[in-house]
Amino acid sequence: MSTNEPVNVGDRPASVFRQFLDMPNDRPIKTLAITLIVALVCSALVTASAVILKPRQIANREAERQRHIVDIVSRVPDFAAAFSRGEATLEAKVVDLESGEYVPRMDPASFDQRAAAKDPETSVMVDPKEDVAWVGRRAKFAVVYLLVRAGKTEVVVLPVRGKGYGSMLYGYLGVSADLKTVVGLTFYEHTETPGLGALIDAPSWRRQWYGKRIWDQTGTQRLGIATGPVDPASPDAAYQVDGLTGATWTSHGVTNLLRYWLGDHGFGPFLRKLRAR
Amino acid sequence: MNPGTGKLRTLITPLVGDNPITLQVLGVCSALAVTKTLATALIMSLAVIAVITVSNAAISSIRMHLPRSVRLIIQITIIASLVIVVDQVLKAYAYSLSRQLSVFVGLIVTNCIILGRAEAFAIRNGVVASILDGLGNGLGYAWILIAVGTVREIFGAGTLLGIVILPTTAAGGWYQPAALMLLPPSAFFIIGFMIWAIRSARAEQVEEDEFEVTKAGGP
Repeated sequence: MSTNEPVNVGDRPASVFRQFLDMPNDRPIKTLAITLIVALVCSALVTASAVILKPRQIANREAERQRHIVDIVSRVPDFAAAFSRGEATLEAKVVDLESGEYVPRMDPASFDQRAAAKDPETSVMVDPKEDVAWVGRRAKFAVVYLLVRAGKTEVVVLPVRGKGYGSMLYGYLGVSADLKTVVGLTFYEHTETPGLGALIDAPSWRRQWYGKRIWDQTGTQRLGIATGPVDPASPDAAYQVDGLTGATWTSHGVTNLLRYWLGDHGFGPFLRKLRAR
Repeated sequence: MNPGTGKLRTLITPLVGDNPITLQVLGVCSALAVTKTLATALIMSLAVIAVITVSNAAISSIRMHLPRSVRLIIQITIIASLVIVVDQVLKAYAYSLSRQLSVFVGLIVTNCIILGRAEAFAIRNGVVASILDGLGNGLGYAWILIAVGTVREIFGAGTLLGIVILPTTAAGGWYQPAALMLLPPSAFFIIGFMIWAIRSARAEQVEEDEFEVTKAGGP
């Protein structure tokens, strides 16, 4: 009897499943079926874990995003004390990027800028010539955060994004009340190369942004990342931070996204309105 | 030898006698990348132990029905799925550590130890023995990672699991941290010293020279 024929267990004919398992492993039909079964079981496992754990992961990402905003405003001297005494507040507001005005009717808590950027109704296509940061579609509105102490705005936190080396960098830029100086720049979501581009997220490097000037006297935007370390004696030292070794594309990406979001197509109109106020 | 000690041997041999890192010199890339701090080394160790144990069990349980032609693809499918699950769990329950580990959890798929154990052991041994083998190799990998992580964190940052052990000069203490310890190459040195120590104690692990070294001034 060859192994291909049904095997009888006692007097009962063997079940189809038994017959299948008894086939030689190298028969194409078994190869195909085994591969299919393994693929199905594995994909079910992966899908289940992704679906079940998603709410927790979203909550974690959200907490991380907020941690980054707090990280920027905590650069302000004695911010933590003022915050705990209730003297300072962090206010979220929706801004119309084109007009630069606040949109009071929109709730910043429910506005999803990333979803809005995908919807043609709520976004605009950035002119490829202007799109230095590879933004693609840009939402018409953005949620900004204001650190307010004693009725005075001390820090404006702007959401920024742009293409790094291999991924979209999502971050926040904090600008101080004079609207000319950086308080901090952090990236809360990216998948840049660990040890190279991912250093944009490293606290030691990130600290350098504090106090950098955005524009020079002529109004030209010079904020960005240098090529290599910044020479403290050079005129660029007031505007630039150290380049990341081995992460030229990421560095260019950061400089470009700053150029885009601080420019006329990004928060330019909003910053002009703030300055006039 | 009775079966009991055979099983125990499967679990214990990979710890020192047949350690995946120090004897087989596998999985070194991740050992360099994730051992800057003890916390990341611990999480990575747990992830690898989980993946290698379950993958060994799964592959062993279907070993009788694995078609030879697609054997490797099926093994990799199983390992990759397990790694995704572990990655998802880390993102849900250890978010900041999973950010620090970044791609290295995903790269467990390509860790030679796991496919190596599947091919060398699970495919021709029973489920229980395969689980023990996976556990043993996972632990063998883990203790090296933990040792390297401990040394690197203490001497590189003066802390252990974030708790200050040696107060650094930057924080007003006396200890000047060894910056080399924060860089991946330091793990090479530490693993090198460990291999030297183990092979000094166990001469049978020393490999024979592949060629004869010419003495200076010789022919």
